[in-house]
Amino acid sequence: MFNRDRWKEILEVLTSNLFRSILTAFGVFWGILILIILLAAGKGFENGVKADFGDIATNTMFIWTRNTSKAHKGLPKGRRFNFKIQDVQSINDNIPNLRFISPRNQLGGFRGANNVVKGLKTGAFNVYGDYPEFINQDPMTITSGRFINHSDINEKRKIAIIGEGVKKSLYDKEEKVIGSYVKIQGVNFMVVGTYKKKSNNGDGEEGQNEIFVPFTAFSQAFNRADNVGWMAITANDGTSITNVKENIVDLLKNNHKVHPDDKRAIGYFDLYEQYNRVESLFGAMGFIAYFVGILVLLSGVIGVSNIMLIVVKERTKEIGIRRALGEDPWSIKLQILMESIFLTIISGMGGITFGALFIYGVNKLLEMNGPVDMFLNPSVSIGVVIGALFILILSGLLAGFIPAQSAIKVKPIDALRTE
Amino acid sequence: MIEIKNLHKSYKMGSNSLHVLKGINFNVEEGELVAIMGSSGSGKSTLLNILGMLDNSDSGEYNLDGVPIKDLNETKAARYRNKFLGFVFQSFNLINYKSAAENVALPLYYQKVGRKERQEKALKYLEQVGLRDWASHLPSELSGGQKQRVAIARALAAEPKVLLADEPTGALDSTTSYEVMDLIQKINDAGNTILVVTHEPDIADMCKRIVHLKDGVIVEDKKIEQVRADQYV
Repeated sequence: MFNRDRWKEILEVLTSNLFRSILTAFGVFWGILILIILLAAGKGFENGVKADFGDIATNTMFIWTRNTSKAHKGLPKGRRFNFKIQDVQSINDNIPNLRFISPRNQLGGFRGANNVVKGLKTGAFNVYGDYPEFINQDPMTITSGRFINHSDINEKRKIAIIGEGVKKSLYDKEEKVIGSYVKIQGVNFMVVGTYKKKSNNGDGEEGQNEIFVPFTAFSQAFNRADNVGWMAITANDGTSITNVKENIVDLLKNNHKVHPDDKRAIGYFDLYEQYNRVESLFGAMGFIAYFVGILVLLSGVIGVSNIMLIVVKERTKEIGIRRALGEDPWSIKLQILMESIFLTIISGMGGITFGALFIYGVNKLLEMNGPVDMFLNPSVSIGVVIGALFILILSGLLAGFIPAQSAIKVKPIDALRTE
Repeated sequence: MIEIKNLHKSYKMGSNSLHVLKGINFNVEEGELVAIMGSSGSGKSTLLNILGMLDNSDSGEYNLDGVPIKDLNETKAARYRNKFLGFVFQSFNLINYKSAAENVALPLYYQKVGRKERQEKALKYLEQVGLRDWASHLPSELSGGQKQRVAIARALAAEPKVLLADEPTGALDSTTSYEVMDLIQKINDAGNTILVVTHEPDIADMCKRIVHLKDGVIVEDKKIEQVRADQYV
C-alpha cells in the first residue's frame, strides 16, 4: 500500500485530467465543508445558550408560594401562606435522594429603591438570606474572604458577602473591604467576603450586584420570623429533580393545608426540565447537521464514483494490457480503490481545512465585535474531525468499490479488443 | 515446451454457437520459432489467446513447461502469464502515460522485483532492442517500429518461457516489419521459444516452422528453411 510506484501511478492518473479531478474533488470538498460548518454553527448556538445557564447546578428546581385557589380544611380560597423553615427539615426527612435544600429570603429586587448604605455612598442591591450550601447550587468564585458557614447560621452573625459589582459602587479603589461594614436597611453587616459570578443570562452586571447574608441573621434583622421566601432544591446526580418534584409539592401542600388539587398555590420552576428541553433541541440540531451534511457529502461521493467509472472505462484497454502482463486482479482493484480514497481524502481534508479556517475567522470576528446573544465559540471537536475523516475513508471505499469491481469484471481478452 | 491435445473452443453468438477450434493437436519444443498462419476466421488468434491464458478452452489438454493449465481463476492466470509468457501485440499496447523504460519494467513490477533492479533490467532490455537512448520517452514520441521494439523488450523483461506475438508486424510497413522480425530472430537465436501469429507469407517464411490453420483445424505443419530478415534491412 505504501508503495512508491503505486502512489506515482495514482498521481499520474489523477493529474492526467486535472480539471476533471478538481471538479470531482469539489463535490466532496463541499460536502465536508457544509458538514463542518453546520456542526460548528450548532455547537456555537449550543455554547451560547448553555453559557446562559451559567454554572448553575442544572438538576435543580425553585419553589415558592402563591395564593391558594381552593378552599380546604376550613380555610378560604385566596389565602396567602409562606413556607416555613420547618419545611426544609420535613422535605429532608420525607424525600430521598436530594442533595441540597436551600431556603432563601430576599430584599430588594428589580429596580428596587436604594437599600444599602456605606458611608456616603448608597446603592440598590438584591440582598439574600442564604445557607452555606447555596454556593453549590449557584456557583460563584470567592475573590476574597469567605462565604457563609454554619457557625454564621447558628450564631446568626450579621455578616455579608458582597459581589464585585457592589464593591465597585460602594468602595473606593484602594479601600479595605473585608472587615468594613455596610448598612442594609438600617442594619449593619460586616463584609467578610467578595465573590464573582460567571456571567449568566447574558447579563453579567446583575449577577455581581448581590449581597449574601446568613439566612438566620437575615430573618432576625428583617423580621421574617421562620418564613422562607422560596427554596432551591437540587437532587442527587443519579436522580432527576423532575421525577421527585411532584412528591415535594405534594408534601408541601400537605404541610400547609393546601387542597391536593390546587394547582396555583405552589409555584415552581424546574430548571432540569428546561435544560433537558434545550439539550434535546441541540440533539435534534446535531442530527439535522449530520443528516444534511452527510447527504451533501453523499452527492459528492456519488460524483467521485461516477468519475471513477469513467476513468475505468477509459482505461479498460490499459487494464487489459496490465492483466495480460500478469498483474493480479486484486492489485488492479486496490489501485482503483486507492485512487478513489485518495481523491476523497484529499478533497475532504481540503474541506476540513477550509472549514476550520472559516470557523477561525468567525471566532475572530466574534471576538472583535464582542459577544453575540445565544452564539458563542463555534467549534468542532477533534472527535468530529476524526469522525469526518473516517466517513471520508468509508465513502472513498464506497465510491471506488463499484468502479473497481467493473474494472476486473472485464476479461483481459475483451479489454484488449477495446479500441 | 507446449503440448496441446484435442483442443476445442466455441463461441456463443446469440442462439448459434460458433465452433472455432475443432480439435487442435500441437507441440512446440524449446527454442522453436513457429509461425501460425491462416486466413481470418481460421481460429489462429483464438488459439493464441488460449495459449496465452487470456481465454479458456472448452475441452482438451494444455501443458506449458510441464504445468497443466486448467481450472484457472483470474489470479492464477495472471500469475502464470507473468511467469511463463511474454506478449507482443499487433497494436503494441504500450501504456501511453508511462515512459519506454517504465513500460518495460511493468512485468517486473508485477513480479515484485525491487525498484532499482527493475530499472536496470528495463534498460538492459531496451539496450537489447536498440532503444537505450529512448528510455525516458513516452510511447507517443516513438515511431511504430520503435513502439513494437519497446513492446518486445517488455515481453522479454519477465524472462518468459514462451513469447507470443499476435501479428507483430501487422501495423508496420515492410522495412520496419523486417527490422522487427530481425529482432525476433535474434531473440530466438538466443534460445527463446517464440510463437508468431501472422497472415503474411514473407513473415512466416522467416520462422523455422509454419503451422497452417483452416476452419479450426491444422491443415499443414511443416519445418522450413528460415529466411533471415537481416538481408532485407
